[in-house]
Amino acid sequence: MMLIELPCPIPYVSRMNHDNYPNDYIRGILQSVKTIALVGASQNPARPSWIVMKYLLERGYDVIPINPGIAGHELLGKKVYGSLAEVPGPIDMVEIFRNSEAAGPITDEALALQPLPKVIWMQLSVRNDEAAARAEAKGIQVVMDRCPKIEFGRLSGEISWQGVNSRMLSAKKPVLSGKGFQKLSLNRPR
Amino acid sequence: MTDRLPGFNTLAIHAGAAPDAATGARATPIYQTTSFVFDDVDHAASLFGLQAFGNIYSRIGNPTCAVLEERIAALEGGTAALAVASGHAAEFLVFHTLLQPGDEFVAAKQLYGGSINQFNHSYKNFGWNVAWANADDPASFEAAITPKTKAIFVESIANPGGVIVDLQAIAAIAKKHRIPFIVDNTMATPYLIKPFEHGADIIVHSATKFLGGHGNSIGGLIVDGGSFNFAGDDRYPMLSKPRPEYGGMVLGETFGNFGFAIACRVLGLRDLGPALSPFNAFLIINGIETLPLRMQRHSDNALAVAEHLAQHSKISWVSYPGLRSDRYHNLAQQYCPKGAGAVFTFGLKGGYEAGVKLVSNLKLFSHLANIGDTRSLVIHPASTTHRQLTDEQKTQAGAGPEVVRLSIGIEDKEDLIDDLNQALDAA
Repeated sequence: MMLIELPCPIPYVSRMNHDNYPNDYIRGILQSVKTIALVGASQNPARPSWIVMKYLLERGYDVIPINPGIAGHELLGKKVYGSLAEVPGPIDMVEIFRNSEAAGPITDEALALQPLPKVIWMQLSVRNDEAAARAEAKGIQVVMDRCPKIEFGRLSGEISWQGVNSRMLSAKKPVLSGKGFQKLSLNRPR
Repeated sequence: MTDRLPGFNTLAIHAGAAPDAATGARATPIYQTTSFVFDDVDHAASLFGLQAFGNIYSRIGNPTCAVLEERIAALEGGTAALAVASGHAAEFLVFHTLLQPGDEFVAAKQLYGGSINQFNHSYKNFGWNVAWANADDPASFEAAITPKTKAIFVESIANPGGVIVDLQAIAAIAKKHRIPFIVDNTMATPYLIKPFEHGADIIVHSATKFLGGHGNSIGGLIVDGGSFNFAGDDRYPMLSKPRPEYGGMVLGETFGNFGFAIACRVLGLRDLGPALSPFNAFLIINGIETLPLRMQRHSDNALAVAEHLAQHSKISWVSYPGLRSDRYHNLAQQYCPKGAGAVFTFGLKGGYEAGVKLVSNLKLFSHLANIGDTRSLVIHPASTTHRQLTDEQKTQAGAGPEVVRLSIGIEDKEDLIDDLNQALDAA
């Protein structure tokens, strides 16, 4: 379990330990990506994929929903595509909201993109180590079995409002983000 | 990688409590407000739909209470926690989240008398049926399990008799039958025992006692261990079924390993309403900062007093697991090697009358119905906390007529021993 943040002197190697991600690894990904293709986007506001898409849009990410069943429709104001290959322009991160088995072929679709995505992120409860190895062999950063909303909330401090154990200690002030007082930034001093 | 787990003392001071984002206040501010302004209409909708983290209304969540929640979650090693109005409210919301009318749960009969009343009487109104087991006999829990059993409940150190419960043995039974194992950790606190390390799935606290520690605030806490997978388990519809209150959201799926704590908040606390006052949360947070220091002194003092009383001519027995001769000493060595807590009972040779006299003769010990204060406390359970139980239940719960319970404070132990000596001489 990770709790306090200490500097990490070891440069990240290409193969991650997928049982225990350093906070800096996750934060680095969430701070660097801009365009996120969300595979398995849902029109149902009660589904986690819808909630995560809305949250990421509100945090300024350009989220592109992928779902062949509703291709061509609009979802949260964004055009839905039927596959990764149909998305015009580069994708920084592919977020996989499908089961662990389906994550294999989706990863391969992502590896066929030009340019390659920088990150492949498999949602909480989704893990496919073979697919992860194929992606990492091409220099792509992989996160598995994590939710980007939870990780953003944890690293920014927002999740603490819900009594969740963020596993972060700090004597530095969290940084407000956007208007109002109910959004926090990833750019908090460390 | 190099992220290291901070120690218990550090967590007791820092977990959950960064400086205030708006003002930089270093101590946790008391957010004494009912409600919170939304950033905009869409933000309000996101909050009500559980789609964003944030604050709406202090019955459901409050930033001061949230610091307390994260603090106890970190100290217990859980995924999340929920602060509520009292320890009883904590138990109520846990069972409300797990049980449907007609369901059963198995509980140790060695419990705080208030919990025994709650289970035997109030819960019957909801159709929640308790089956009693013997904390000294883990097999009795397995024998009481039926297809309707939805939870197992014990105290880690049972009030008032200093019973140390073999958590690992009962956890193994709970795991075998895929039933959540709930541990009331009030008497031990995570400083002495960390039930999640022994197989508990959910922890409840009366924060009124040692966590707050100064006898000034009623409060309760629920901690989610994140270890029980409720998703897809039809026996727990609050977590596994689409919730009409939230547009069909499945809480156990959406919130993963802290879904139980969220369900207690957004279904239990929201609808049943036993919210903790932010002011009480503030006092409990302050108390927790010194929990490690206090619990060690409480335990050290209690051992010194128990050793003294065990030699006293007017006392027939002392039940304190810290004593080498105690029947629970081996379990205490296993589960709480730092100390066996502050609370214990002893029997007076003079019986009921001697108990009444002792209580009135004491000068430093306060006669009242609480435990876990900085001050030393005394009570005669048979006539107070356990009076509503039958004689048989009293004896089973370790609260017979000759029994006196002490909650040893953090004063100088010599003064406590002197006070007991003079009161016993006069009794």
